[in-house]
Amino acid sequence: MARQYETVIGLEVHIELSTETKIFCGCSAKFGGAPNTHTCPVCTGMPGSLPVLNEKVVEYALRLGLAANCKINQYCRFDRKNYFYPDNPQNYQISQLYLPICYDGYLDIPAAGGTKRIRIHEMHMEEDAGKLLHDEWEDCSLVDYNRSGVPLVEIVSEPDMRTAEEVIAYLEKLRMVCRYLEISDCKLQEGSMRVDVNLSVREAGSSELGVRTEMKNLNSFKAIAHAIEGERERQTELLEEGRKVVQETRRWDDNKETSFAMRSKEDAKDYRYFPDPDLPPVLISRDMIRELRGRQPEFKEERARRYQEEYKLPAYDAGLLTQSKRLADIFEDTAKLSGHPKKTANWLMGEGLRILKEKGMEPEELTFTPRHLADLIQAAERGEISQKNARTVFEQIVESDIEPLAYMKEQGLMTVSDSDAVHTAIEEVLAENQKAVEEYRSGKEKVLGFLVGQVMRKMKGKADPGKVNELLDEALRKQPHMFLMKGVQEESNRRKTDDA
Amino acid sequence: MEDLLRMPARELGRKIREGELKAPDVAGCYLERIRKAEPHIHAFISVDEGKAAARAKEVEEGIREGRYRGPLAGVPVAVKDNICTKGIRTTCGSRMLENFVPSYDAEVVSRMERQGMILLGKTNMDEFAMGSTTETSVFETTVNPWNKRHVPGGSSGGSCAAVASGEVPLALGSDTGGSIRQPAAYCGVCGLKPTYGTVSRYGLIAYASSLDQIGPVGRTVDDCAVLYEAIAGTDEKDSTSTGTGGGRCSEDVFLTEPGCLKGMRIGIPREYLSDGIDEEVKNAITDAVRLMEANGADAEYFSLEMAEYAIPAYYIIACAEASSNLERFDGVKYGYRSRADAELHEMYKKSRQEGFGEEVKRRILLGSFVLSSGYYDAYYLKALKAKALMKEAFDRAFEKYDCIVAPASPTTAPEVGTSLSDPLKMYLSDIYTVSVNLCGLPAVSLPCAVDSRGLPVGMQFIGARFQDRKVLRTAAVYEQLRGTFPAAWEKEGM
Repeated sequence: MARQYETVIGLEVHIELSTETKIFCGCSAKFGGAPNTHTCPVCTGMPGSLPVLNEKVVEYALRLGLAANCKINQYCRFDRKNYFYPDNPQNYQISQLYLPICYDGYLDIPAAGGTKRIRIHEMHMEEDAGKLLHDEWEDCSLVDYNRSGVPLVEIVSEPDMRTAEEVIAYLEKLRMVCRYLEISDCKLQEGSMRVDVNLSVREAGSSELGVRTEMKNLNSFKAIAHAIEGERERQTELLEEGRKVVQETRRWDDNKETSFAMRSKEDAKDYRYFPDPDLPPVLISRDMIRELRGRQPEFKEERARRYQEEYKLPAYDAGLLTQSKRLADIFEDTAKLSGHPKKTANWLMGEGLRILKEKGMEPEELTFTPRHLADLIQAAERGEISQKNARTVFEQIVESDIEPLAYMKEQGLMTVSDSDAVHTAIEEVLAENQKAVEEYRSGKEKVLGFLVGQVMRKMKGKADPGKVNELLDEALRKQPHMFLMKGVQEESNRRKTDDA
Repeated sequence: MEDLLRMPARELGRKIREGELKAPDVAGCYLERIRKAEPHIHAFISVDEGKAAARAKEVEEGIREGRYRGPLAGVPVAVKDNICTKGIRTTCGSRMLENFVPSYDAEVVSRMERQGMILLGKTNMDEFAMGSTTETSVFETTVNPWNKRHVPGGSSGGSCAAVASGEVPLALGSDTGGSIRQPAAYCGVCGLKPTYGTVSRYGLIAYASSLDQIGPVGRTVDDCAVLYEAIAGTDEKDSTSTGTGGGRCSEDVFLTEPGCLKGMRIGIPREYLSDGIDEEVKNAITDAVRLMEANGADAEYFSLEMAEYAIPAYYIIACAEASSNLERFDGVKYGYRSRADAELHEMYKKSRQEGFGEEVKRRILLGSFVLSSGYYDAYYLKALKAKALMKEAFDRAFEKYDCIVAPASPTTAPEVGTSLSDPLKMYLSDIYTVSVNLCGLPAVSLPCAVDSRGLPVGMQFIGARFQDRKVLRTAAVYEQLRGTFPAAWEKEGM
């Protein structure tokens, strides 16, 4: 009988905090920049330089810890992790080992039949390293210390996940929480969210953990899912063959879609951690915790609930819009400005998400002004623009944040409200399509749509289709016996007399 | 000229300020003295005469224009070569940093600069401040101005020898386990190791971060006090900076009458006068105590608990921190890189092997060992516990005494070439100084006698944390009772 296996996964996630300045000096923490321009004696490890803690980092880490239901070490400390590598200018990284800022928390993730709780072992603050650039041509390596000293929080989970889906759900949840807190943009591609996967396999039902491996260099959710699947298979095969899994660090190769054991630098790593004597302990008062708790944002669940009540959105809409804080913010601002919450939701969930998908963008990348979308919705509600043209304008709003009313005028996208022009177009269409008119009158009401389309074409789309529909229907009813050969001008004159 | 070289720093400053002396003349006089004495003393690693002269001219104008009003404007100073000076190479006495030119000034250097002091040069030291003789420097061997066959002590041997030989009125040193106080004692000058945190460490190339402290060296207690005022104070670039605990060492504090020792409670640790101490040093200390008693002080010999753990705790903590602090010297970013064509880790090894001297390597190895997994608890944590207990022992002592008086070293300056062969013996000679660093206390060292070989004997006044001014005041009173101490260069007739 084939043995059943269970996969056990724990994650170490590094999040780059979006503080203005670095963790231990006043240099900009912004991504990019010409090499070694965001640097000073401190973040390049110059002899004699000293670190000074950026208090924002403590605040951000605490807010994440509170959001993830962690306990707080009110007396926490920084430790030095000693290892030699050129991207690490002091050859030690300032991190936290003995007393990390947060511990014993959890995040609930959506799972089959409700939610699943993923426990968080600890969160600690540390500094990022620089980047090595390998120049193949010159056969040398250069160091860029712009990233050196950018603040990181490392979130260590318990081995509570069993599948790639759970891992992705946990990461999405963590990312969403960070984005709601506005402490990190969590971009895997840019490295502002980095995930190391610890995975082991054991016989189903066993309570002991198997030997685990750690996988690095996972730059997308797709890579994470593939790497987990591949590693699960590799370890299961080893166990099936009666061989042993070796505890090692493996590097995922995205092109080859497989992982390789990384060359181990030393046999056993000894980081010789000890408390950093340059940094006094960090004392976190109850008042500070209380104050930060009071400033926590409204997270997804609360917000979705409120949208249902306040804006009468269906649960589905509220859930979808609050997946992303940015989307939720745009929704709420636009709904308030336009006075049409459901229409706003429809625009964002329909056209909005479609455009994002097409462009491969995330909702966080939406930058347009809610006022602009609100103006468009109101114009559409007033019948000043057809649905089709409104879609074009919306795309422009998303793409370049145009001012919709000005744009509509400029591009001639306004609905023509002059009913004379519509009447003229209707009469022309009726005259040109006698066969269809006859069909309609003989009861084939379906042709009405065709006639509406013809009128809209004559109007170059600038008429309100609802209005056209209404007037066309009226025209067809009003002149049941009129002979089709009758001149357009004559008819028009008659109408004018009638009106008078 | 000799008058000028003998003049206390405060008086020198006042005369320059009042126009009686010109800053360029004063600098010129000291630079000439350096030219004359350096071939024998070798106290300096770098002297930039041109820069110093230009700076003196600029400061002189600044004083006349009212830009510099401080007591030390125009006064020359030397700085130990582990304190970063922008544009001036800062070597730590090591091959590793032989050509290292910092891109920034240490906070203390900026402070002295703002007050119009004139930097004459950078002084020799034990490599990375590790040593008690200044012999571990890869540059020249500094000698004791009192007797050139003897060492000046260390690690701030260059600064103390420069002051003792009249090459500068003032100098900065650094003290991690006695590195200001012991050479000050050997050279017959005065040195202050301030309370940990009162002087910014920003720009001091770290040996042991939790123990390092920059401090002044001068010919008298008041020289040290006036320089201490110039460099002390809170610095937001140093997270361990505490400020000085308020007040200033105002001038009148040092114009005390001998009678001021009345009611002063002085404690002398019995442990410091028992094993291993040179009989002459012991007698000099007890004589000094009797002199103070005769002038109103309440002196008492007491037992200082935990004293025997000071040396092991100090060497464990200092080496542990050093092993990490010195990791950045790897041949990648600055400093020495081995010429051997090797891959990265081999390059690291070769550069460090060739760039560091024996004593530095010994301490890195010791420090790496006590931090390594399995030994951390047994050594490093134990040492931290011993340190905490020592602090408590001193706290208890300071409930009873205003000041603790102790020798600065068990002996006077040994002869050149006799210390390095037995490192353990050298470590043990730090017995009276290291506890002060472990406990973050302020202590002044000043000469109290001359031994039969004609070498100065040093004595320490140790105070409770932030009692730097009380310690200075007490030492100043003793200094008055003792009377003028001869300057080495007068004695030698150099």
